[in-house]
Amino acid sequence: MIVGERKPFNEIRAMLEGYKKVLILGCGTCVSVCMAGGQKEVSLLASQLRMDARLRKTEMVLGENTIQRQCDREYIEPIVEQAGNYDVVLSMACGAGVQLLAEMLTPLPVVPALNTTFLAVADREGTWLERCRGCGNCILADTGGICPVARCAKSLFNGPCGGSKEGKCEVSLDIPCAWQLIYDRLSDLGQLSQMEIIQPIRDWRPSDSGAPRSIVREDAIGVSGEKA
Amino acid sequence: MKAGTNLEKVLESGTFAVTAEVGPPKSATARVVEKKGETIKQYVDAVNVTDNQTAIVRMSSMAGCVILKQMGLDTVLQITCRDRNRIAIQSDVLGAVALGIGNILCLSGDHQALGNHPSAKGVFDIDSIQLIQALKAMRDERKFICGDDITGEVPIHIGAVENPFADPQAFRIQRLAKKVRAGADFIQTQVIFDIDRFAKWMREVTARELDKQIHILAGIIPLKSAAMARHMRDHVPGIEVPDQLIRRMENASDPQAEGVTISLEIIEDVRRISGIHGIHLFAVGWEDSIPVIVQRAALWPRPL
Ligand code: SF4
Ligand code: SF4
Repeated sequence: MIVGERKPFNEIRAMLEGYKKVLILGCGTCVSVCMAGGQKEVSLLASQLRMDARLRKTEMVLGENTIQRQCDREYIEPIVEQAGNYDVVLSMACGAGVQLLAEMLTPLPVVPALNTTFLAVADREGTWLERCRGCGNCILADTGGICPVARCAKSLFNGPCGGSKEGKCEVSLDIPCAWQLIYDRLSDLGQLSQMEIIQPIRDWRPSDSGAPRSIVREDAIGVSGEKA
Repeated sequence: MKAGTNLEKVLESGTFAVTAEVGPPKSATARVVEKKGETIKQYVDAVNVTDNQTAIVRMSSMAGCVILKQMGLDTVLQITCRDRNRIAIQSDVLGAVALGIGNILCLSGDHQALGNHPSAKGVFDIDSIQLIQALKAMRDERKFICGDDITGEVPIHIGAVENPFADPQAFRIQRLAKKVRAGADFIQTQVIFDIDRFAKWMREVTARELDKQIHILAGIIPLKSAAMARHMRDHVPGIEVPDQLIRRMENASDPQAEGVTISLEIIEDVRRISGIHGIHLFAVGWEDSIPVIVQRAALWPRPL
C-alpha cells in the first residue's frame, strides 16, 4: 500500500494561514491503514487546529469528512458541493489523492496534510517497510522475490556492492543488505545460478525516467462505457 | 594491446605492477595534485585519481588525471555510478580518451548518505558490472549503450574493483567472475590486512583460472597511526583490520615506521600468492610513504 506520514503541525498551520473555513478531508484506504490520514486522524488534526485557533484567538471554522478514496472521481463527486462552503481543503490523502481533489475542486485551493512516502508492507503494528518503487518492470522472479530496486540503497542489479557486511547495508547497520537477502533466498530456492546472470542495463522508461506514466485499458473503458 | 597505456604494457609484459591512488583536493588548487604527482612519479606505473571518494565533493577525477598526465604520469580515471547517468558517463569516457587517459576504473561508488552531501539524490542509473559491459561495447563494438555507432576508436583499458572481504563471502568469486565476463581487464582489490583470508580467496580465483583472464592488483594501505587503523576497522565499509595489527600500531614507538613495516610484510606475502600481478597502494594523504615502500619492497626502479 501507499504509506504517508502526517506533516508537522507547524507546517500545516502555516499552509492554512489566512484561511477561515477549512475542510479537512480524510481518505479511507491506504493512509487509513497506516494511521496517517483516515477518519481518526482527521478528527485528531481538527481538534489540534481548533485548540490552536482558540489559543491564538483566531477565528477558524473546521469541517471534517472522510471519503473512501481520494484517488477516484466517483468518491469525490459527492463532496464537491460540501467543499464549496469552505475557503480551503486540507487533504489527508496521498499525493495522488490531493491532486485529483485539487483538479475536481478547482478553483478551491487544496493543500496536503501528509508527506507521501513509499509503497510498503505493514511489518508489525506501527511499522511499515518500503518494498516496491513502482519501477514498471518487475524483476522479482529473478531475485528470489526481493526487490533490488527498492531495497538496495544503490539499486544494484548484479549482486552486492563491496560495502555489504554481515548481512547489513553499508549505509546503516539498521538496514539489511538487499543482496544478502536475495543471495540467501536464491540459495534456499536452489536458484543460486541466477546470481551468475549479468542483468543488462535497464530501460528506465517504464519507471522514473521523467515522463508521467499512464495505463489505458481499452477493455475496461468498454465496460464502464456500457454501464454509463 | 587494448589501449596501450603504460599500466597495460607493464601488466602485459608480466612485470609486477605498482599503482597508487591519490585523492584530489577539496579545492581547485592544481598544485596539491602536482605535489602528490611529483612525490610518487618515479615509483608507480599509473595513478588512480578518485571520483568524489566516500561521497565527499572534491576536484574531479578527470581534472586530476589531466594534471598528472601533463606531468608525464599514466593515469586511471575512476568513474562511479553514484553521480552520473549513462549519458554523462559515456560523455566522460569519450572526453577521457580524447585527453589521452586510457585506463578507466568502474565502481558503484560509496553511497551518498556517507558523504558530505547526504541530502543528494543518488543516480545509480547503471551498476558497476553494467558499466564495465558498456565500456567494453564502446571499445570493441564502437557502440553506445543505446546502440548508436561511435565513429572512431575508443581505446580503453578497463579496470574494476573487488572486495574479497565483503559479504556474502561465497558470492565474491562469482562477482569477480561476472566482472571478468563483463569485460574488465584488470582488478584492484580492496585493502588487504587479513592475508590468510585473502590467500584463500585467491586460491578460489586461481582454481577458476580467473587470474589467467585478468590482472589482479592487491590493495595495500600504509597505516599511519593506531587511530587510523581503528577508524578503518570501525567506519570504512568493506575493510577489515585484525586486532593484532591494531595492537601493533598501538604499541609502536614510531607508528609511521611500524605502518610501513606492516605494509612491506603484506606486500611480501601477497607477492608469494599465485595469481597476483601487482599492488595498488592507497596513499590517503600520505604520499611520502610510497617512495619508501616501493624502494624497500625492491619494486624500484619501475620498468618503463
Ligand atoms: S522490481 Fe520494480 S515493480 Fe518489482 S518490486 Fe521492485 S520496484 Fe516494484
Ligand atoms: S550493502 Fe547491499 S543493500 Fe547496501 S548498497 Fe550495497 S548491495 Fe545494496
